[in-house]
Amino acid sequence: MQQIQVGADRVVASAVAQKQEVQMAFKAVNFHYGSFHALKNINLDIYKNRVTAFIGPSGCGKSTLLRMMNRMYDLYPGHAASGALLLDGEDILAKGCDVQTLRAKVGMVFQKPTPFPMSIYDNIAFGVGLHETLTRADMEERVEWALRKAALWDEVKDKLGKSGTSLSGGQQQRLCIARAAAVRPEVLLLDEPTSALDPISTMRIEELISELRAEFTIAIVTHNMQQAARISNYTAYMYLGELIEFGETDAMFLSPKDRRTEDYITGRFG
Amino acid sequence: MMTLARRRKLTNIVAMTLSMLAMLFGFVWLIWILATVLKLGIPGVSLELFTKMTPPPGAEGGGLLNAIAGSGVLVGIATLVGAPIGILAGIYLAEYGRGTWVAAATRFINEILLSAPSIVVGLFVYGLVVSRSGNFSGWAGALALALILVPVVLSTTDNMLKLVPNSLREAAFALGATRQTVIIRVSMRAARAGVVTGVLLGLARIAGETAPLLFTALSNQFWSLDLGQPVANLPVTIFRFAMSPFEAWQHLAWAGVLLITISILVLNVISRVVLREGGGH
Amino acid sequence: MTSIRPAPEHLLARHLRQRIADGAFLLVTRAAAALTLLVLLGIILSLVVGASESIQKFGFGFLVSSEWNPPKEQFGALVPIYGTIATSLIALAIAVPVSFGIAVFLTELSPVWMRRPLGIAIELLAAIPSIVYGMWGLMVFAPFFAQYIQPSLSAVFGPIPLFGRLFQGAPLGVGILAAGVILAIMIIPFIAAVMRDVFSVTPVLLKESAYGLGCTTWEVVSRIVLPHTRIGVFGGIMLGLGRALGETMAVTFVIGNTNFLSGLSLYAPGTSITSTLANEFGEATPGIYTSALIELGLILFAITFAVLVCSRLLLLRLAPRDAA
Repeated sequence: MQQIQVGADRVVASAVAQKQEVQMAFKAVNFHYGSFHALKNINLDIYKNRVTAFIGPSGCGKSTLLRMMNRMYDLYPGHAASGALLLDGEDILAKGCDVQTLRAKVGMVFQKPTPFPMSIYDNIAFGVGLHETLTRADMEERVEWALRKAALWDEVKDKLGKSGTSLSGGQQQRLCIARAAAVRPEVLLLDEPTSALDPISTMRIEELISELRAEFTIAIVTHNMQQAARISNYTAYMYLGELIEFGETDAMFLSPKDRRTEDYITGRFG
Repeated sequence: MMTLARRRKLTNIVAMTLSMLAMLFGFVWLIWILATVLKLGIPGVSLELFTKMTPPPGAEGGGLLNAIAGSGVLVGIATLVGAPIGILAGIYLAEYGRGTWVAAATRFINEILLSAPSIVVGLFVYGLVVSRSGNFSGWAGALALALILVPVVLSTTDNMLKLVPNSLREAAFALGATRQTVIIRVSMRAARAGVVTGVLLGLARIAGETAPLLFTALSNQFWSLDLGQPVANLPVTIFRFAMSPFEAWQHLAWAGVLLITISILVLNVISRVVLREGGGH
Repeated sequence: MTSIRPAPEHLLARHLRQRIADGAFLLVTRAAAALTLLVLLGIILSLVVGASESIQKFGFGFLVSSEWNPPKEQFGALVPIYGTIATSLIALAIAVPVSFGIAVFLTELSPVWMRRPLGIAIELLAAIPSIVYGMWGLMVFAPFFAQYIQPSLSAVFGPIPLFGRLFQGAPLGVGILAAGVILAIMIIPFIAAVMRDVFSVTPVLLKESAYGLGCTTWEVVSRIVLPHTRIGVFGGIMLGLGRALGETMAVTFVIGNTNFLSGLSLYAPGTSITSTLANEFGEATPGIYTSALIELGLILFAITFAVLVCSRLLLLRLAPRDAA
């Protein structure tokens, strides 16, 4: 049974690969926190201009996987990655990788809104200014572009000088999306971006994600299976540091191939 | 023979009464001291206090102009030197040294320096500067005050940076910022009000310090802003005048005490307001 | 998406600049932090070097001799050491129960709306410079003390054998006892503030369950709060002791400043390490006199260092529970 399933996975994956351009690829990636083996031999492709959702019970490694993609783990000692993680064909786990450039290419939005203690305008300009020198006019244009992308422009265009922390929770999260988008990354990582928001704000962010797909490759971690089903093109189910199943979202939710995936998405555990 | 319930109740009433009396006892002194400072200090406050030099022994009149100016210069230099060092060191402990034993040890030593006897700091600066250069000087006084200011600023900066949520730093790192950019433009900005509070509290602490100035800046009866020489300053002037038998000097000492007390209380109140208004996260 | 990205090589140069600034900043902050360690080492070193002449000449005898005679160049530290320790212990004896009462009042008894203003008042009291306490002590408290308190103390305790000898003698006002009382007034806010902070570490749930069982406020304080926080309370007391030992101005004004040990009476004037330094260091002739004074400073630093290390270790031991 197992053998056949793995074989079937490969067939699906390769069929998909023919249709889609690969943006990032995990090649036999392992990850350790000290002695804890957090990710076990992950092989996975993230497709360009598609939304890939990562689901699984808490502690399954889905957030760790996301945080590898912009090397956030560098911030903490005692973490070690092996294998290769390709971005446009370059291994970002390699020693010589310029983490700053990587993070300009791979943006991230976190669980809780994290507006910086500065004006709305400066929040957006902060990231852009790290990587580019823009004239005042160009910067204003970029800020407007980013805020429009995050569907926040109309709400804040008259108060760009106000503190980012004065916005509501949902607005703050869209500000953070705008801030990440403003750097014009290729990939946007979203780590449970709606878990701290009310249902209406959540709905707006979900709509936004579908629109952002046109310009960015999106990887999203979510604990909410309905959300994964609603917004993603591909879904990866993870359990205890292993990638159990990966495929097109509709197919996976209709007929999961692995029993553990089925148990999880039908709510029998997790 | 009392019942258990009554005995418990009575014990409680006695204990609680004692607690209230302790509170009253503490406040009686506060009110008494402040009342005295006001009563004896206010009559000495006049325009002359701020426009005339300290008088020679036995003479009437005079003011504290040179002492006030000297104190301002010493405290100002000490703050300009000490505050940046304290802030930078606090940044190191909170941002770079997280979880390392070096930072833990430095933090521990700083806490000890925070409460170390200030007169010992005076002795240290005497040995370091005065005994080598051969004379008491304003520089030595300012250095002694700076050494007392640093632990206060360091400790507050460290604590305030620890309050900045780590998610804010991660968000800045995720945009591709270096640690220095994250610290200066995000962490310090979030902790700004707290750090300013620390500097103000440090200022309040050194404004009234007397002991470390006794062997460093000494004092001076005349207008003296040459930092290579002894510099007049309020605390030491107050000490000398208060211990003297001359009434005019004692009046000036009380006026000086009033000035110092008010400025320190005002600094403390301002620092609290800064923290409350600006600490919004 | 139209690319308005800068060319990669430009990007790298920019990042390189940021990284150089990053490295430089790390060095600067690390140097600032290292300065703290250097200051401590510097203090110890300069005191030891300054005191070496006196240490060589008087040796261990310095600690036990009560003769302090500058003209004869004979120095012993017993009288100032006694003064420092006696005044600090008197201060603790008064300040600890009072601070405890204040902390209990602030955490358990006071109406909630009063807690903040009263807490702030206590902290402001702690900010008043010691020279104010000293001056007030000399000009206002000492005469009051001599006229009203000392006679009553003599009347009450004087007849008691042995213990009564502490409270005999001429009521001068200034003296060891008066210095201890002024120190107590000065350290009450410190100890009360630490105790209040430590008490508030007690989990609310624990207190509520005790009240739920029908405990009185005193029983909650004595059986729940105090056992839970005793390490921190002790740390706070040691912190206050550290302050008292090292205090200069509050003591110098009221201790009387004599270098003789005249009997057991606490009414007698005396001197402390800090007040000896404050009074004599500026006028001391270089050489053995100055060196002996610096050795006094070294002894003071050693005592307070030990007390403060204990205090911080005790307060640190409480901290993990605070975080949990």
